[in-house]
Amino acid sequence: MKSEDEKKEAPRAKARPSKRPVTKKEEVPLEPSPKQPVLDQYVTLIKGAVGEQAVSESHINREAGHLPTIVIRKEDWLATARYLKRSDELSFDYLQSLAGVDYASYFEVVYVLLSMSTLQKVMIKVKAEREEASVPSVSDVWAAANWNEREIFDLFGIEFTDHPHLKRILLPDNWVGYPLRKDYEPLDKEV
Amino acid sequence: MLRTEEMLLNVGPQHPSTHGVLRLVVKIDGERIVEVEPVIGYLHRGTEKLAEDLNYTQIIPYTDRMDYLSAMTNNYALVHAVEKMMGLEIPERADYLRVIVMELNRIASHLVWMGTYLLDIGAMSPFLYAFRDREQILSLFNELCGARLTYNYMRVGGVKWDAPPGWIEKADAFVDYLLPQMDEYHGLITGNEIFVRRTKGIGIVSQELAIQYALSGANLRVSGSDWDLRKKEPYSLYDRFQFDVPVGKNGDLYDKYLCRMQEIVESLKIVKQAIDQFPEKGTIMGKVPRVLRVPEGEIYTGIESPRGELGCHIVSKGKDKPWRLKFRRPSFYNLQILPTLLVGESISNLVAILGGIDIVLGEVDC
Repeated sequence: MKSEDEKKEAPRAKARPSKRPVTKKEEVPLEPSPKQPVLDQYVTLIKGAVGEQAVSESHINREAGHLPTIVIRKEDWLATARYLKRSDELSFDYLQSLAGVDYASYFEVVYVLLSMSTLQKVMIKVKAEREEASVPSVSDVWAAANWNEREIFDLFGIEFTDHPHLKRILLPDNWVGYPLRKDYEPLDKEV
Repeated sequence: MLRTEEMLLNVGPQHPSTHGVLRLVVKIDGERIVEVEPVIGYLHRGTEKLAEDLNYTQIIPYTDRMDYLSAMTNNYALVHAVEKMMGLEIPERADYLRVIVMELNRIASHLVWMGTYLLDIGAMSPFLYAFRDREQILSLFNELCGARLTYNYMRVGGVKWDAPPGWIEKADAFVDYLLPQMDEYHGLITGNEIFVRRTKGIGIVSQELAIQYALSGANLRVSGSDWDLRKKEPYSLYDRFQFDVPVGKNGDLYDKYLCRMQEIVESLKIVKQAIDQFPEKGTIMGKVPRVLRVPEGEIYTGIESPRGELGCHIVSKGKDKPWRLKFRRPSFYNLQILPTLLVGESISNLVAILGGIDIVLGEVDC
């Protein structure tokens, strides 16, 4: 769990050249990200406040400007969310973005959180299985999550448990299916 | 005690003051608003779903149709995210053109807001003045890219069209024209007693509430937060320009108006500086592969659109099409606070408060 980064990086560097020897250059081992200490701090704080099991993965998203990314276990998400917002050290009070992603085998709900006081950013991911997908609602932690969760429910069919008003928001109430799922079949395939 | 009865009032979806197709189901008790439920989705076109079957260049025209009052910033939100993921270098001339058109578009968008907002409140003539001046910006854009609203101007790696001869001078002349024109607007509106009485102390958003609802743009700044992504997370060339971020004090509608009017002035300043620094020569397209394959990964980037933070979240699997493309539309976030603002208000303030948020339904519904 601790050194998720190195574990993932190392085998990939070895496997790549063998797969595509012609196109790929020799991969140089990446320098540690300047945000690594920040990420480590977040992970330690969350584990300390919510529990060891809460953080299932963590890494630095280099493409997105070294954005610390943490995957939180679904069951611990509500407690973690409350902690992230209310703790004085982190105080992630601004929900910058909330998106659902269908990875074909599972769903992911991605939160981008921002602290207005420290200007730090973090990306939180919560995974949900495809069958009867559900994620705890955080609309009482960040009010901005309310409509966003409804939108994700509408387009992905992910239930947000304990959401105050979970119903379709963009599509009509009698719509069948969830369009942003990868296995969604449109009514008219020609379009 | 007098027995009162609650009544359901339906506003929209076809109503001039909803600025598009927004429906509000309002429960009123006499003239007091008890409950409001916005019903949205009338303009939902499934842009995010459509984008999954399109390559990145093909998605650009779809972004025009989200916030159709400020298509340039929409274009930029997408190409910026793609460029950041691909690590592309943008030629300076293209970057300056982008800043100029984005700021001109911000001015045009604020002028539309100002005109239509005054129309909502009952003043007819400011609308005509605002559209007269906005028309000049649209003509400039028309000359630049052949469209008045849906520009499809930016490309990954640069812009599609170079400025035609004399265009920069025309833009410069427009800045010189509009700056003193602002006094006319202030003379027309700012001191007007009816306008002041209808907006001062109405629809107050506290700083805490604004952050809780993740408002952005003038809706957030009006409550006292000094938050502008052009300053806080500078993108493009914004770190090269001197400009201020107007911040409100009271969080009411009047402050929102003053904020947006001041933003026009700040944008004019940016355009002026960009024109002064504009490189004489240079290409407008960087070195870009023929087929745009975005490396595998995930990115979220936000830019400051006239309405607030316009974010673009891309999940790529290394193909020429996005696996998932999500837009964080500022109007969607800003509209969410409406029921909270309206409860307890008089029905006569409904239109004023709704208009103050400055929503574009094409963006709310996406």
